[in-house]
Formats: sequence, structure tokens, C-alpha cells
Amino acid sequence: MDLNFSPEEQAFQAEVQAFLAEALPAEIAGRVGRGEEPTREDMERWHAILNEKGWLAGTWPEEFGGQGWGPIELHIFEEECAKASAPRIVPFGTKMLGPVLMKFGTPAQQAEYLPRILDGRDWWCQGYSEPGAGSDLASLKTKAERDGDVYVVNGQKTWTTLGQYANRIFCLVRTKFEGKPQEGISFLLIDLDTPGIEMRPIRLIEGGYEVNEVFFTDVRVPVGNLVGEENMGWTIAKYLLGHERTNIAGTGFSVQALRQVKALAKQVKRGGKALIESPLFAARLASVEAELEAVKITNLRMLSKAAAGGQLGAEPSMLKIKGTVIRQELNDLARRALGPAAAPFPSEDLDNLAIAPKGHAHNASGYFNNRKISIYGGSNEIQRNILAKGMMRG
Amino acid sequence: MNFEMSDDRRMLADSLARYLADACPVEGRVDVAYTAPWHSEEAWVGLAELGAFYALAPEEAGGMGGSGFDISVVFEALGRALCPEPVLATLLGLRLLADAGRDVEEVLAGQRLAVGIGELDAPYDLDGITCHAEGGLLTGRKSVVYGGAGAERLLIAAQAEGKLALFDVNAEDAQISGYGTIDGGPAAEVFLDGTPGELILGDARAALEEALDAGALALCAEALGAMEVVQGILIDYLKTRKQFGQPIGAFQALQHRAIDLGIEIEQARSIVILAASAEGGPEFGKRVAQAKFLVGKIARQVSEEAIQMHGGIGITWEYPLAHYAKRLVMIDAQLGDTDWHLERLMGALAAE
Ligand SMILES: Cc1cc2nc3c(=O)[nH]c(=O)nc-3n(C[C@H](O)[C@H](O)[C@H](O)COP(=O)(O)OP(=O)(O)OC[C@H]3O[C@@H](n4cnc5c(N)ncnc54)[C@H](O)[C@@H]3O)c2cc1C
Repeated sequence: MDLNFSPEEQAFQAEVQAFLAEALPAEIAGRVGRGEEPTREDMERWHAILNEKGWLAGTWPEEFGGQGWGPIELHIFEEECAKASAPRIVPFGTKMLGPVLMKFGTPAQQAEYLPRILDGRDWWCQGYSEPGAGSDLASLKTKAERDGDVYVVNGQKTWTTLGQYANRIFCLVRTKFEGKPQEGISFLLIDLDTPGIEMRPIRLIEGGYEVNEVFFTDVRVPVGNLVGEENMGWTIAKYLLGHERTNIAGTGFSVQALRQVKALAKQVKRGGKALIESPLFAARLASVEAELEAVKITNLRMLSKAAAGGQLGAEPSMLKIKGTVIRQELNDLARRALGPAAAPFPSEDLDNLAIAPKGHAHNASGYFNNRKISIYGGSNEIQRNILAKGMMRG
Repeated sequence: MNFEMSDDRRMLADSLARYLADACPVEGRVDVAYTAPWHSEEAWVGLAELGAFYALAPEEAGGMGGSGFDISVVFEALGRALCPEPVLATLLGLRLLADAGRDVEEVLAGQRLAVGIGELDAPYDLDGITCHAEGGLLTGRKSVVYGGAGAERLLIAAQAEGKLALFDVNAEDAQISGYGTIDGGPAAEVFLDGTPGELILGDARAALEEALDAGALALCAEALGAMEVVQGILIDYLKTRKQFGQPIGAFQALQHRAIDLGIEIEQARSIVILAASAEGGPEFGKRVAQAKFLVGKIARQVSEEAIQMHGGIGITWEYPLAHYAKRLVMIDAQLGDTDWHLERLMGALAAE
């Protein structure tokens, strides 16, 4: 048993740290560290910096412009990025569509789209969920009907993250109406400039704007935009889901959040003492830290198994549940530590009033917004269903 | 034993509920509670005309109530409606002014006042107050003063001649930076810099403690009202939202959790009743601490679970649940959070 990274992995970690120290723009890290949403320009700028280094899609094979990273390198990279308050890489092109095209796309599709993901010409968004199809994704109704050499798409997608910045959307659409619902779904690439598409913002609980509804009315999509074969969409979606899941625990975010809460609790006062000296608050903090240390190891156990070529079973679902709950608990502590100073609706006008200590004006917003992490990407209930199915089978 | 509400209070509850449904509809709340002045002048005047503030003041002071149950009836109704009107400030002000033997007629008629107690480094505890007065001039800062934006009058707790005292300040003499809160409603930072104030209580400690307990009771009742609405919204949703060909409420994993919320909300109702009944007696502080602790814990659980069991829609601005959830979470940080009140209880155990 050896809990340490190998010498090569440690060298890679040091390389990532050095790169981040040098290349991550301070104002971007500042915004992310304060819990503000990075701007569109922040994300594009960071993507470009990473792309120049060849690290925007590090897990892609070298022939497609990646580094061929395995799960451990990816983990190290993502942890260090989170700890350095880098903006999250928008995953839809690099982590989702890219791997799908490499596995199921035609050489023409690969040649057309993969470079555009890397150099930022395309910003993809994900069109899976619909008003009536959330957890039960297979019940999706947006339909694509063949008319000569186009599909005519009608229906509605929702929860489309950062769709407002995207120029393209990959969609699951219904191409067959009889038989098992899973067997009539196709994976279609759609240019958002096509006539008949309307995008409407959805405002979230804390007031921010990151998700959208997308309406399709007689949208004509060339059949060449189909990925894989017709009615193969579910297989592709399942493949993608497996891909999304290796860094599901988000421990880097939690490590960073824990560090911030600890510093905050030393700074703010309760009853004439630093909050960290309050036994009840300290107990909350110490409890979540123990949980985090454990989940970090669970995560590494899984990565190590995956890196050795092992088949992952229940681990990703466990990590999703634990990882999100721990992050949410840390968000709770960051808000709780402020007491009433968490209450002002964040606004630049208030910055000079310094009600919350610097960098913490968004703690309550962050807490409310991050209720999403146990809902999206397969809710924690759905993860438990997956685990339960495995348990009863096994 | 009788757990029924008196007829008078039931009538008050009904008329308040009717008025608030009309004057503060939850659908229109987002336009009111999140943009200056972060409440509705019209609704405020309406509440005064309805006599809601009379219910918060004892008869000796010219009111018609002021008991624990009067407070809980009014605030439960406000909580159900998710009303952003700063009635809490009026409750605190009425009690403090009555203790100081001052006339409260203007306040009963709807004068907007705010009470500045908490400070940046002492959000909850009276001992940490550093704001001070010399020769009737006040210096210091009061932070996150609920109802502070738009207040005409301020009651300020400050150190004076070695005691915690209470001053009556004309809001125009102070520097007030108003803002809205993340759960909707007006608040402010209040800066005092040689600001004139009239000393109205030389030793205000007991009065402040009592007023804060009354305020905490009010917040517990407000949370109770809001939680019952949330439970209603949740149950409706569990029955109507379909996934996998059935209502999501058919999944036992969700049923049990919804039921757990129901059990906890009953606990909240009971502890609010107990705290309300203790008003005016020696156990009031302890009961309020128990209530604020339990309600704070339960309110967080109800908010988080109700959101989770809704899926994505639960965290959208358009859906009233999201705003109830924010209020329920943020209410904890007003007048002492769960940990603060639990420490109060822990501290008293050894002396029992
Ligand atoms: C901020 C955010 C961003 C998102 N981004 C995207 C995106 O970019 N693209 C995209 O396609 N989608 C996106 N989603 C959608 C997300 O994947 C869905 O919200 C998720 O699948 C849940 O679906 P739902 O919201 O419809 O909830 P529902 O499926 O209606 O679920 C409601 C509740 O019922 C529970 N439930 C459902 N079925 C069961 C069951 N069988 N047993 C027990 N409990 C059950 C759920 O866990 C949940 O608690 C996003 C969502 C959010 C909130």
C-alpha cells in the first residue's frame, strides 16, 4: 500500500502547479475564488491559454491535439486547477462531444469539429433534458423527422447550460416512435444559427443566468449532422455518461472551499472570539474535513483501479453522492460563518461597504446556486437507484 | 388543556391572510422584494391600516396584544405569504419603546423604524457592542440592520457611561446605506459619526434581551408559516410531476423524506407554541433559544430537501419555492443562528 503519487505523477503535479502559477490570470482567479461566475471572456481566455499549452483537452489522444492523459493525470490537473481557482473548463466540447466524435463520428466529422473545439471557434452546449424528460431522459420527445437530406426538428430542450454563449448544440432527438423509448433516440449536431431556434434564459435561485430553454420549430438539420447511426443515440449517451464520471467527486473544489472557510472562520468574530474557537462551528468544520479526507482517498482508489484498466462499477455513483454533499456542506459553512453579513444581495455597489470580509460577498449566492450539483448530471437519488440495482443484482 | 387559537386571534390570522394574499401576492414578490425600496409602501400602509401592528403592542402601551401568541399569529401569516415588509423591526421597536415608557402611537400608525443592535464583529451578542455615546452623540456602525433602508427613525443600542443604553435617533441624522437582501426585503448599514440621539433607556440590557427574544420568536413563527407552504408545494409537486411513467411521489425514497419533513414541521409548530406560551415568564429566553435552534435546523432541512425533491425547477427564480427556501435559510442568521442559540442552552445546563 502506498498512498503517494508515483515520482512521474508528482513531477507532473509540480509542472501543473508551476504552469498555473504563471499562466492563470490573477483577475480571473480572483473572480472564481470569490465565488463569482467567470465571464464569457474569462472562460474563452482561459481556454485559449490552456489550448496553447496543449492542456485544454489533455485526455484526447495526441493525434487529435491532446496529451493522451490517463485518469490520474486528469485528476491531478483538475485538482490543481480547482485549488488555484481556475475557471472550470466548459465540458461540453472537450469532455463530452470530443470523445463521442472520436468514438462514433465519421472521419469527416472529426476533422471538421475537433479542431474547432480546441481553438474556440465552436462553443457547444448540451441538449439532452426536456421539460418532461429529466431523470427519465429516455422519455424525451423532441423529434427529428427525415425529409430528403435533412431532419426536421421540433420540440424543446431545457436547462441548457451556457447556451447563451454557444453557437452549436448536440441533441438527443426522437427518430422512432414505436418500440422501447431508448431504441428510438438519435444524436444530432445542430447549428444554433439555423432558422427556427429560439433560446430563452432561465434565471436561477440566486439571480444568476447560466441555463436556458431552447425551442425548435421546423429546424432543418442536414442528415450529415447525425452522429453514429440513426437510433443509436442512447448508446452514445451512455458511453458519454461513463466518460463524465471519472472526476465526479469534485474534491479539488472542496479542498479549495475548505481552505477558504478555515481562513474565514479565523477572521470573523462571534462572542468576542474568532469563530473558529466556537466549539459548535469548529465541530462542523472538523467533521466535514474528515469526510473530505475520506472521499479523497475513495476517489484515488477508484482512479487507481481505472488507471490499471479495471472496470468501474458503483464507485462513480458513490463519489457523486459524497462529493456533492461535502461541497454543499462547505458552502453552508461559508454562508453560516458570515452570519447576517451573508444577507446582502451581492452587488458591486456594496463592495466599498465591506459588510462581509473581502472575497466573501457571494457566499450565500454560492450556497444557493450549488444546490444544483446534487441535481444535475444524474441526481443523487438516481445515483442511489443505480447503486441499488447493482446491489440487488450482485 | 386547549391548543385551539382564540377566536380573536383566528380572526386576526384570517384577515391578515386575506389581506396579504391580495397585497403581497407571491407571484409579484420578485418585483417588490428585490428592487429598491425592497418592499411595497402600499402594503406597508395597508398593514398599518389593518391594525396588524396593534396586535404586536401590549394594551398598556396603547396596543391590543403583544403576547407571545399575538406575535406568532402575525408572523406565521407573514411567513406564509413570504411577505418582505419589515414588520420585525416594528415589533422590536414597539417593545423597546414601551419599555422606555415612550409613546408608540406613530409606530402603530405605520412609522418606519429600524433597530440597530448587531455590529460587524458582534452580529448576535450584546456584550460585543462597540458603538458608543458621549454627551448624546453616537459613534459607530450598525451592520445588516433589517428594515434600515427607508426607516424614518432608528433605535440604536450603544455603550454609554459603562452601560448598554438605547438611543432614539432621527434617521436623517445618520448615514444609511440601504440595500436589498438575498432573500428579499430592505436592510442597511448605519454609520454614526457624532450623530445626535436621545437617550431613552440608560440601562437597556434587560429590555434588549427581552425584545430580541420576542423577535426570535417572531422569526420562528415566520419560518413555520413558510415551511408549511413549502410542504404544500412539495406534496403537490410529488403528486403531479411524472417521470418513468409515474408521479415521482410514488417513489418510496421520496415519500419517506417528504414525510420526515412533515414530522419535523410538527416539531417546529410545537416548539413555537411552547416559546409563545412562555412569553412574559421566566423561561422565555430558554424556550426561545430552543425554538430558534430547532427551527433553524429544520428550516434548512426543509429548504434543501424540498429543492432536491423538485429537481432543477426547485432552483429557478420563477418558481416561488426558491424564494421560500432562501428566506428559510437566511432567517437562521437573524437574531442568533442555530449554533448561537444552542450555545445559549449549553451554557445554562451546568447551572441547572
Ligand atoms: C443548473 C443546471 C444545469 C443543467 N445543465 C444541463 C445541460 O447543460 N444540458 C442538459 O441536457 N441538462 C442539464 N441539466 C438538467 C439535469 O440533468 C436535470 O435537472 C436532471 O436530470 C434532473 O431532472 P429534473 O430536473 O427534470 O428532475 P426530475 O427528474 O423531475 O426529478 C425530480 C425529483 O425526483 C427524483 N426522482 C426522479 N426519478 C426518481 C426515481 N426513479 N427514484 C427516486 N427519485 C427519483 C429526482 O432525484 C428529483 O429529486 C441541468 C440542470 C441544472 C439544475
